[in-house]
Amino acid sequence: MSNITRERVTAQFGDKILATTEHFGELAFVVDKSTIVPLARFLRDDTALKYVHLSDITATDWPEREKRFEVIYHLYSYDLTEYVRFKVHVADKESVPTLTGEWDTANWLEREVFDLFGIPFDGHPDLRRILLWDEFEGHPLRKDYPLTYETPQFTYNKDQPPEVIK
Amino acid sequence: MQTETMTVNLGPQHPATHGVLRVVLELDGEVVIKCTPEVGYLHTGIEKTAEAKLYYKVIPMTDRMDYLAPMSNNLGYCLAVEKLLGVEAPPKAQWARVLLTEITRLNSHLVWLGTHALDIGAMSMLLYVFREREDLLTIYEAVSGQRMMSTYFRIGGLTDDLPSDFEPMVRKVIRTFPVRFDEYENILTNNRIWRNRTVGVGVISKEEAIKSGITGPILRAAGVKHDLRKVRPYSSYEKFDFDIPTQEASDCFARYQVRLEEMRQSLRIIQQAIDGMPEGRYLARVPGVVRPTKEEALFQMEAMIYHFKLVTEGFHPPKGEVYVTIESPKGELGYYIVSDGGTMPYRMRVRPPSFVNISALSKLVVGRLLADVIACIGSVDIVLGEVDR
Amino acid sequence: MGLEEKIPDGIILATAEKVVNWARKRSTWPFGFGLACCAIEMMSSFGPKYDLSRFGMEVMRASPRQADLMIVAGRVSNKMAPVLKRLYDQMPNPKWVISMGACASCGGIFNNYAILQGVDKIVPVDIYVPGCPPRPEQLIDGIVKLQKLIDQEKLKGDSRQSA
Repeated sequence: MSNITRERVTAQFGDKILATTEHFGELAFVVDKSTIVPLARFLRDDTALKYVHLSDITATDWPEREKRFEVIYHLYSYDLTEYVRFKVHVADKESVPTLTGEWDTANWLEREVFDLFGIPFDGHPDLRRILLWDEFEGHPLRKDYPLTYETPQFTYNKDQPPEVIK
Repeated sequence: MQTETMTVNLGPQHPATHGVLRVVLELDGEVVIKCTPEVGYLHTGIEKTAEAKLYYKVIPMTDRMDYLAPMSNNLGYCLAVEKLLGVEAPPKAQWARVLLTEITRLNSHLVWLGTHALDIGAMSMLLYVFREREDLLTIYEAVSGQRMMSTYFRIGGLTDDLPSDFEPMVRKVIRTFPVRFDEYENILTNNRIWRNRTVGVGVISKEEAIKSGITGPILRAAGVKHDLRKVRPYSSYEKFDFDIPTQEASDCFARYQVRLEEMRQSLRIIQQAIDGMPEGRYLARVPGVVRPTKEEALFQMEAMIYHFKLVTEGFHPPKGEVYVTIESPKGELGYYIVSDGGTMPYRMRVRPPSFVNISALSKLVVGRLLADVIACIGSVDIVLGEVDR
Repeated sequence: MGLEEKIPDGIILATAEKVVNWARKRSTWPFGFGLACCAIEMMSSFGPKYDLSRFGMEVMRASPRQADLMIVAGRVSNKMAPVLKRLYDQMPNPKWVISMGACASCGGIFNNYAILQGVDKIVPVDIYVPGCPPRPEQLIDGIVKLQKLIDQEKLKGDSRQSA
């Protein structure tokens, strides 16, 4: 089934697909970051594919690589009942174009990636932290972030003197 | 006349937000003009912690994400790791998994029904569903020793064999629950207050629902006949006969109807699973990857060595990445696991259905009354443990 | 036997402390701080099988202003911690705290950047209920133990009563 996806995408994009892999029966493309939005649109709108459901956006961190982050997209087609995955490699502080114009799901999923990895998304309408609070320092899912680091506890009335117990 | 809008902060500690969801509402009188859900108050760092655990030690943490459907979470994770390893659970384990995940679905939908009804005024429902839930928790406890956080599924099968009193307990559920469902329908379905609070409330069109990534019962209530158990069967679901309930109205009442019918279909699956439960092993026999059973470990030397190696070192799955999705009671639950060949997942990502579903909350409530927000939050069926992970 | 013989029927003498403590321990209004998994078991204990109202505890309050017992049920994230502290401060005195479950007591299995390692870092805890999640019986046991604790409270001189 995934052959049709592979054929159509390769026919449409050709060299822009940097690599195509198929592990465990799961089709994946590696693309450049300028190709993300056209590729997503093509997968969604092509009448033979119709990957209309944006299942997931996530990232992985490979600190030893030159471009340390992989941003990973999973799309699903209700007609083919197949998933397709495409990835883009970005360096630290390098931004990725947003998919919020194509899917509303992308809004929160990209915010989560921004929160936990610190990957900015170009054109995102509301790029704030989502799971952690605004003053949080660092991005916990990066590999160099310690697991058990405990942030100092809040003292919202720090400026007030402590209550004296008589 | 000059009018001002009012901002109302709902949560994070509010009895009707099903946990610690915070919703910032901008109101014009009593009409919602803007709705911003804020999540993260239960952020647990499970994805980070999983990177420092052996593969099988991640299973207990998956329980604690969607704590109303622990076995569905276990199943998704185990299937993902099994795909990575190329291991398949034996038939008995697969059928037991189907049976227990359907019991989990009952469990999740029952609590949803109780809390949703409580939120919009039908308090007695909560007491009814918790009466029924005890029957399900007894089954959990019998198989795993724990009432809620069962951690019963293992990579390659089950923790232990099904207990001898398992079948009568399941038969009791099959026998009693249809009557109970009729009771619920008697209380709610034609109840004028219930209908007033739910019919026509929180409508989202089919196209909008797909664009917002909504999955599960909400999508089916919008008229999309899609269920991963049918279209991408896992764990022998293709051998079971069941229907996918759908509705067209796409309001809170339609979601109630869909979930109630799903519970009846779950009972059908449970019936087939208990009738045709195959005999045989409950754990796959894959030395070095799947833990040997207790009897083998005690009486065979090789099994003992493998057992020792597994609990100390773990196993090394091949390099690669898998994305496995299952139909959890909330919707499409996905596990994306990246292996670098080590004994711990390099990256474990959970695609949480509630997280995506609640992100579309503002589409359900804008333009409606403040009281409808409560009905809408309830009808989305969120579990904050899964939203925030 | 002294004074008791002189007073008319139907009158019992006791210290004010005993009467107040007796009233308090039998009508503790819990503020259900349901956070995670333990909240569901807390609901189970209010449900028909375990029926916490036998102990005068079923009046769950949604507002901290009307409650005098906070049951912290579930893991407390660092983001939630200030909220919890603020709600605790809003409860009128005297007040008690039950930390329900391993996560609320000590962080449980989640020792990481996101979870507060024990709710006793920010609020004083009277009773710790172990378990992940505790069974309803365990919670009831904790509540009964708390009632014994309330029974021994001093009316004067206790920091809890002043303020």
